Amino acid sequence: MGRRQIATLARFTLLEAWRTRLPWLFVIALALVFGAAYFVHQLAITESARMQTAFSAAASRLVAVFVLSLYILTSLVREFNDKGLELTLSFALRRADYVLGRFLGFLLIAVVMALLAGLPQMILAPAPAALQWISSLALELIIIAALSVFCILTFTQLMPAASFVAGFYLLARAITAIQLISSSAIVADATLSQRVIGWVIDGLALMLPALDQFTRSAWLVDSAPGWTAIGSCAVQALIYTALLIAAAMFDFYRRNL
Amino acid sequence: MIARDERPLAAVPAMVFAMLITALGLQIAWHAAQPRPVARAEALEAPVAVPVLRVASLGEPVALAQLVTLYLQAFDNQPGISIPFRELDYRRVIEWLETILALDPATQYPLLMATHLYGQVPDQARQRLMFDFVHTQFLRDPNRRWRWLANVTLACKHRLKDLPLALQYAREIAQLAPDAPPWARQLHIILLEDMGEVESAKIVIGGLLDSGQIKDPYELRFLIDRLRSLEEKAENSTSPSKN
Repeated sequence: MGRRQIATLARFTLLEAWRTRLPWLFVIALALVFGAAYFVHQLAITESARMQTAFSAAASRLVAVFVLSLYILTSLVREFNDKGLELTLSFALRRADYVLGRFLGFLLIAVVMALLAGLPQMILAPAPAALQWISSLALELIIIAALSVFCILTFTQLMPAASFVAGFYLLARAITAIQLISSSAIVADATLSQRVIGWVIDGLALMLPALDQFTRSAWLVDSAPGWTAIGSCAVQALIYTALLIAAAMFDFYRRNL
Repeated sequence: MIARDERPLAAVPAMVFAMLITALGLQIAWHAAQPRPVARAEALEAPVAVPVLRVASLGEPVALAQLVTLYLQAFDNQPGISIPFRELDYRRVIEWLETILALDPATQYPLLMATHLYGQVPDQARQRLMFDFVHTQFLRDPNRRWRWLANVTLACKHRLKDLPLALQYAREIAQLAPDAPPWARQLHIILLEDMGEVESAKIVIGGLLDSGQIKDPYELRFLIDRLRSLEEKAENSTSPSKN
């Protein structure tokens, strides 16, 4: 494994993010969310602080996922279009190292974004709950970074890759509820087709990370989940990131450049 | 067969294969080891204040009212669990229904839900709460909401067996909702008859005929027939028995 090459690629990925003003864009987006949360606070007649915190947390989470995934997709698409990828691979660099180097850079960006997104929550919620929320957001963003890398290396075009990321994210956030609905008493004595749908949903749930367990606003407004729950999220993030990166490498090795 | 722009599987290092298979196995094992999700019923929270909702609707209060309606309608069916209506907090449900009507006064949907969904529970106290809600809303716009009070009138008669309450509602329809069709405005006559108050029913029909409000010949004939049958009934009840 070319550690030096991986570190160099990660450093250039960070440099690219800095020079394309990603941090400023994200900070402005967070400031808008914070302003909107303050507006909600002013509108609320009761539980105003609770509403402000919940709105700020949920919106910051969505903004972070949206900005990060779109940044990764456009960054890699630009590299494909500018033939930067061919130039990079013409050096003594394995494809796996390229994927790892780029991903490591995006992973660091994801962690920085989670820290930035967590700053307003540190003001609005108790520190232990906010720290757990930030940790969970960082893990969630790492999965999203790996997913974006996988999608763009597989689809190579922005539209299908972005659509897949959005669809995957929504499904991963909703899969537990879908599973519960499919196994509810209403459809328990179901026909064969309903049972087959139930099995398909269970199978799908096996293949998806349960993102509804990550980064909940309720942690900030009700009670923190405890570090054990964050540990469980970390294991899930580690396994799923490894899976996505392995799948990305698999596809990337099979591509003719 | 290899796709034109793909390299053979052999181009993929064994390490990547191993990582893929291991990660996939771990993902399935990890997920399978997690406890199955358990459905939890959530209590219905108080609705947000109407002025706040108006701001949140961004100038589309009717669309927001419809979304709120669907939310409330689906509340009894949360993921994986179905909450019986009787377990819902009816005072809170009424707050939601009032909020929807405040956002969209022309909608009939909340009144339908009150009458045909929440008003169907086998619990008289809850039924009365819903019927009272429908009555209050009727008083605010009788000509548009008479049909729901008519439904409630019949429900009071047949389900609550509360004829005086049914009669009160039926009389209010007759007095306050001139746009209601004749059958609805004449419900109180039938109720009076059912209550054995034949004389009162006769007076009401007579009054209606004398008032000149009835123009439709079929309706006139119906009322006259009804009056005759009431008179016969009165005569039979007053004539001495032959036995």
